[in-house]
Formats: sequence, C-alpha cells, structure tokens
Amino acid sequence: MTVERLFDPVRIIERFGEAVEDLGAAHGIRAFAVPPERIVEFCRFLKEHPALEFNFLSDICGVDHYPEMPRFEAVYHLYSLPNKWRLRIKCRLGDPPEVPSVTGVWRTANWHEREAWDMYGIRFEGHPDLRRIYMWEGFEGFPQRKDFPLRGYKDKLNPFGAEGPPPTQPDLATREIP
Amino acid sequence: MTEVTELTRPEGEALNTKEVLLNLGPQHPSTHGVLRLVLELDGEYVERVDPHIGYLHRGTEKLAESFTYTQIFPLTDRLDYLCPPSNNLAFALAVEKLLGIEAPIRAQYIRVMMAELARISGHLLITGALPMDLGAMTALLYVMREREMIMDLLEMITGARMHTSYCRVGGVREDLPDEFFPKIREFCEVFPNRIRDYERLLDNNRVFLNRTQGIGVISPADAIDLGLSGPNLRASGVDWDIRRDEPYEIYDRLEFNVITRQEGDCFARWQCRVDEMRESIRIIEQCMEQMPEGPFQIDMPTIAFPVDKDKVHCSMEALIQHFDLSAYGFDVPAGEVYSAIEAPKGELGFYIISDGSPKPFRMKVRAPSFVNLQALFGVSNARYLADMIAVLGSLDPVMAEVDK
Repeated sequence: MTVERLFDPVRIIERFGEAVEDLGAAHGIRAFAVPPERIVEFCRFLKEHPALEFNFLSDICGVDHYPEMPRFEAVYHLYSLPNKWRLRIKCRLGDPPEVPSVTGVWRTANWHEREAWDMYGIRFEGHPDLRRIYMWEGFEGFPQRKDFPLRGYKDKLNPFGAEGPPPTQPDLATREIP
Repeated sequence: MTEVTELTRPEGEALNTKEVLLNLGPQHPSTHGVLRLVLELDGEYVERVDPHIGYLHRGTEKLAESFTYTQIFPLTDRLDYLCPPSNNLAFALAVEKLLGIEAPIRAQYIRVMMAELARISGHLLITGALPMDLGAMTALLYVMREREMIMDLLEMITGARMHTSYCRVGGVREDLPDEFFPKIREFCEVFPNRIRDYERLLDNNRVFLNRTQGIGVISPADAIDLGLSGPNLRASGVDWDIRRDEPYEIYDRLEFNVITRQEGDCFARWQCRVDEMRESIRIIEQCMEQMPEGPFQIDMPTIAFPVDKDKVHCSMEALIQHFDLSAYGFDVPAGEVYSAIEAPKGELGFYIISDGSPKPFRMKVRAPSFVNLQALFGVSNARYLADMIAVLGSLDPVMAEVDK
C-alpha cells in the first residue's frame, strides 16, 4: 500500500517560473524538468528552502534515449526527511553530455556522478574526482549506452564480443593511478 | 578506555618521515569481498583512503535491459546475496506500481515475512563478522548456527538456500508448505535467547568495546549529507525507516519500533542491527498471527502463471498463457517509477523506465551498500589504520551490491 504524498509545487514555480517545467506526478513522485545550467541552483534551493528541505539525495542516474534527440538525461531523486516527500529532477543533455556537478550540494553525489560518467559518459563539471568507478582505467567507451553492444567489442580479452572497432571517444577521466 | 599517549620527538633531532601508500585488498578477509583500498599512511594514521570498486561488476543494469521482467528476479538475487528476498520484493513492488496492481494480501504477508527473515540473516552476519574483523572469532561461529536455521527455512519454502527468486510480479512463486509453520514458530521462540547469547559474548568484551566505542563517529548532519540509510543512518540518531514512513505492503498493519542510537560510532551501528533483529522477530510473529488464507498469486492471466499448475496439462488456454509468459513476458505500460524499500542495508530503490515493451528501457538500482561505502571518506580521515577496519566492518557493505 502506498500513501500518495504530494507537495505543493507553487513555491518552486514562484521562484523559477518558466525555467522549470512541471512534469506532473506519477506513482507518488512529482517530476520537474530543469535546464542543465540551472541544476545546481535548483538543487540548492530545494535543499535549503525551509518549507521544502529536500536534504537527502537518494540517487543520480544517467539515461540514454538513443536515437532520440537530445540523447542523454541525468535523473536525480531527492527525498525530504522532515516532510517525507520524494521528488524527481530530470535534466535533458545533448551530445556530448555535460552538466554541472551537485557534489557541492550533497557529498553523496560524488560516487553517483562517477557512476553516470563511467556508464554513460556524462561529464559533471566541477566534480572533484571524475574517474571511472566500475570499469578499469583505460577502458574505452561507455558500456551502458544503447549503442554499446551487450557483450562488448571483440578483442584479445573478449573473444565473444561484437565485431567492429571499439569507440574512440577520448577517455578524459583516465588518469595515472598513484 | 586506555589513554593514547603522544610520543614526543626529542628536541633538535630530525626524523625523516615518509608517506606510505598501502594497498589493502582486493583479496583480504576484512574487506568482506573484493574491495581494494588504496591508503595513504602517515605512520599508523590513515591520511587518505581511496576505495577502488568494480571487481564484481556484472552489469546488472545493462543485462536487465535485455531481459523480461520475470527474468530479472534472479539478477536481483545477486545484488545483496545475504538477503535476496528483500531485493526480489523491491523489484516486484516497482513493477507492480507500473502495472497498477497489488499482490493478494496473503502474498504480501508472505513477502514481508520473507523480507524480515532476510533482514535477520543479513544482520546476523555482520553481528558476527565485525567482531571477527577485530579479533573476536567466537561470535561468528554462533551466528552461523542461527543463519543455518534461516537457510533451512528458505530452502523449505523456495528450494534454494541463497538465491531464492521467490517473489513474482503480483505475488510469490509458491504457497508456504505446511511443515513451515511449526519450524518458524520454533525459530521465533529460540532466536531471542540466542541474541542474548551474542550480547553476553560481546557487550562486555573489553577488546571489542575499545575497538568500536567512540570510533568512526558520524554526525547526523554528515550521515544525511553522505546519503547513509538504514541502520547506519539510524545509529547516528536520524529517525528514518521507510517501513514506517512510507509503508509498503502490509507494514502499516504491523507494530514495530524503529531502533535509533545517538552515538553514531561503530558500536552503535553494530548494536542497532542487533536490536533490529528483535524487532524483525516481532514482525514475523505478527505476520504468522495475521496471515489470512487466500491466493498467493494475483489472478491475471496476462501477468501471472496459472495458479493451478495441472491446468497447463489439460487446458489449451492455460498452456498458451504459460508459453506466452515464458517466451514473451508481459507488456508493462510506459512510464517511470522509483520505488524504495527498507532493505537490511538501507534504502534499496529501483528506478524503472518502461517504454511499453516486456523489457525495461532502463533499470537503475539504488544500492544502499554503494552509498554507505562512500562514508569511508567521511569518517576515516586521520585515524588509525586498525580503526578503519572497524569502520569498514560496521558500515557493512556487501560488495556484490556495491558493484552491481
């Protein structure tokens, strides 16, 4: 049994007006679409507003809508511990996907953003340590993108992979390990 | 507690100190799986810790995109392998929300009971494993005895000891067998005494107390900022439990306490889990009392297998239904859902985007261990290396869930 707990979005619309699009509520969570350049401001507002207090960041995830354009999306799930509300923020991104990092708002965003970078190649500007998190250093391509084959690309370590050259996107996050 | 005396350096004597990089893991008994920690050490102090994860990465989320919804259940088992029933439950709830259905009441009771058994099984391991990391081996042997009882119960119901895959969309796979009821009653009777045994072993154990009390303290504000959930958050004094605050299934009909501790140290995190096991026993007992008779699986031919399995052999429609569900799966209306439950490790959420086909367009697992492990940054700065083992153990990450 789920209790629908919705909150009044009037404060958000008052403050952000046209910049934020209300996507309505479904399955107990209200969603907002925010342009990438205002994401940090929007998150900080939600976190610090005394009547909203979305102080808990549940999750950040990347989505690939290939071949739709704009292709990528960063989705944030927020929770308000005092009010027990959930909220979803969606942020459509072009190709190559770039969005400001919210690590300054919640420290927990650090690994979530690293995961989205690793799997989808979404660059989080201002992230203190944007390295791959699951795949090894030097891995090429972003495995959860829709155009990445399920079994990976064929090479000497992976004889069962798909034919074709691996993507040659420059892996900017690969650094020397200490 | 013993006082730590600072060794003073003789006046005028230059001591050459050098920072040491130490590689802990990926194969090490105290990392509870394949976790590699790169530690920057200044003598015995940890200056910086850099966890390297991904050694167990199986691409669950990518795989799920090519599986039908029923096929994903075995994948969820392998997330937190100490308590598969609660992972199954989290996924089933998310899909059911998308479909707009609810499991029959009996199935909900069975699922909650299984999830609580799983919670006990998960918490039991940490009850024994944290002391073992710190040198008190005995408790682990005792908790394994009780874990075996739970394994037997799971085997009796599902046929599998670890990877149960017991939930289905719209119910559970099979009804409870008759011989299960006396067994679970016996377990509920015996187990509270066993918890007292563990406490007798450890609550007054000077070595265990000195190694955990006041170590790795996380303040409530830090805990929220770091995204901790579950017992790790409640041990810091934040009173949040999804079972109570956003009740799913039949949790709103049950009475239980949410255990919190104010200290926020390793011992509080350990104690929180021990006390939660008592509450879980209470929940199981209430489930047994309240469980009604009725179907264990929703009666919807488009979603669930026929309840009466003999029908498949004598009815054409049932055979077609069975074949169709096995080969094709079932369509799920397009939409997005984020559904979270209180798993033993914390908030386990499934974010599913459906495009109307029988396979999810995108499935994201919000794994509590993944987030909890991050807290190593927050607490272990400039502490002893030995304390870090205690902190890691008390955060209770399961690497299969961290790596997904």
